[in-house]
Amino acid sequence: MSASLSAQLINLLAALLLLIAFAMLSQRRVLSLINLFAWQGMVLTVSTLIVAITTSQHHLYYSAGITFALKVVVLPWILHRLIRKLNVKWDVETLINIPITMLFGILLVIFAFNLALPITQLAGTITRGTLGIAIACVLLSFLMMLTRRKAIPQVIGFLAMENGLFFAATSATYGMPLVVELGIALDVLVGMFILGIFFFQIRETFDSLDLKHMEKLKDE
Amino acid sequence: MNAHLSGILFQLFQSLLVVLIAPLLLGWVNQCRAWLQNRTGAGVLQPYRTLRKLFHKDAVVADNASPLFRVTPYILFACMWLAAGVVPVLATDLPYSPAADVIALVGIFALARVFIALAAMDIGTSFGTLGARREMLIAFLAEPALLMVFFTASLISHSTQLPTIVEALAHKDFALYPSMAFAAIAFVMILLAENARIPVDNPTTHLELTMIHEAMILEYSARHLALIEWASSIKLLAYTTIGIALFVPYGIAEAGNWAALPLALVALGVKLVAAGAGLALLETISAKMRIFRAPEFLGTAFLLAVLGMLIHFLLGA
Repeated sequence: MSASLSAQLINLLAALLLLIAFAMLSQRRVLSLINLFAWQGMVLTVSTLIVAITTSQHHLYYSAGITFALKVVVLPWILHRLIRKLNVKWDVETLINIPITMLFGILLVIFAFNLALPITQLAGTITRGTLGIAIACVLLSFLMMLTRRKAIPQVIGFLAMENGLFFAATSATYGMPLVVELGIALDVLVGMFILGIFFFQIRETFDSLDLKHMEKLKDE
Repeated sequence: MNAHLSGILFQLFQSLLVVLIAPLLLGWVNQCRAWLQNRTGAGVLQPYRTLRKLFHKDAVVADNASPLFRVTPYILFACMWLAAGVVPVLATDLPYSPAADVIALVGIFALARVFIALAAMDIGTSFGTLGARREMLIAFLAEPALLMVFFTASLISHSTQLPTIVEALAHKDFALYPSMAFAAIAFVMILLAENARIPVDNPTTHLELTMIHEAMILEYSARHLALIEWASSIKLLAYTTIGIALFVPYGIAEAGNWAALPLALVALGVKLVAAGAGLALLETISAKMRIFRAPEFLGTAFLLAVLGMLIHFLLGA
C-alpha cells in the first residue's frame, strides 16, 4: 500500500472516529450508544491495521487484535448483557439539551485542533495530522460523561475516552509498547467488571441508576 | 464564434433536459418507495400524467387573492429552472454558469422560498400561514448549513464557481477528502429538509396539521398547481445534481470535449437512478419526526458541515 493512499485512508478513518464521537454525544438510546461504541472500536481496529501494514510495526498487529477482541466483541457484549440483566432500555437523560451539547462539542474540537498543532509539527509519523482528532475524541467523550445523568452512558463515555487515548498514541508515536497496551487492556476489562458490579449495588441501594441520588449524604 | 454558438446550444439542450426529466426523477423515487412498501406503484410516468391533468383543468382563485398569488407559480418555476440550468449536469462549460456561483444559487432558492411563503400568507387562511411559518423555520436553519457545505467544497477547489469546483474534483488525481465525507452527509440531510422529504415533511400527507410544503399550496389549483408541482420536482432534480456535482462528479464531460457527451449522459442517468433509489430507501426506513425535532436535525447538519470545514483545515484534505 502506498504511503499517500494509506495516509488518506487513515485521515478518513480519523474523521469517521470524530463523527462517531459526535453521534454518541447526540444519541438518546442506550442500545444505539453501545452499537456506536462497537463501531468506534471497529474503526480503531482498521486504522491501527493500516498503520501496521504501512509502517510494518509488528506489535501494532497485536494491538489491533486486542482492540478488536476487547472493544468490538467483549465489551459491547458485556454491556448488552448488563442492560438486559438490569432491564434498563430507557432513553438517556441529558443534563443539557442536545443542540447546546453539540455546540460545546464544536468548541472543544476547535480547542483540540489548536492544541494539537504545535505537537503535530514535532511528530514524524505518517499519522501526525490525526492527533488533533484524537484529542478531540477524548474531550468529546469527557463531555459525554459530564452531560449524562445515568451510570451506563457515563461508563460508555469512559470507555470511548480510552478509545480516543489509544488513537492518540497510535497517531503520535505508532502506539505504546506492547506491555503497556496489554496492561491497559486488562485494566479496562477489569474496570468494566467492577463497574458492572457497581451498577447492581447502586440499583439495590437507590432503586435507580440515576447518579443524582449519590450527591446527597444521609444522616441516620 | 462557432465554439460560442455551440456553447449556447448546449446550454439550451441542458436546460430543456433538466425541465423534461425532473418529473421522471420524482416518478422514479415514488415508484421505488412503492416497491419498498410492497405496493405496485403508479409507474414512473405518473407525475407527467398529473401535470397533464392539472394543465387541462380550470383554475380557481380565491376572491381576495392579490396579483402576487397569481405570479408566484411562474416566479417559482423560473427560479428553479434557472437554478437547474446553472448546475453543471452534463459538461462543465456552460455559458450561463458564470451568472451565478454557489452563493447566488442559495440566493435563488431563497428568492423562490420567499415568494411561495408570501403567496401562502396572501389568502389569509390559517393553514397557509402555518405552512409558511414552518417553511421559514426549516429554511433559516437549512440555509447556513447548505452554505457551509458549499464553503467546504470551495476551500478544496479555491473557487465558488460550481464548474470550477467540479473540474477540480473530477479531473484531478483521485484523492480521499474526509472533509467532503462530512459535507456529503450534511448535504443529504439538507436535501431531505429542503425538498420536503420524509424525516422533516411528508410529501404525500393528507393531514393539514402535519404539513409544511403542502400546507402552503393548499389554495392553488389547475395550471398554478401544476407549475408549483413541476417546480418542486425541478428543485429535487437541482439538489440531486448539485450533490452529484459536488461529491461524485466522475464521468462529467470536460470543457470543450463534445465527444464525451454520450458517456456523460449515461453516467448522469446511472447516478440519478442510484440517487433516486437511495432517497426512496432513506425515506422508507425513517419515520417522520416531530416538527420541534427538525431544528435538532438541521442543527446536526450544520454541525457536520462545520466539522467538515474544520477537518479540512486540520488535515488539509
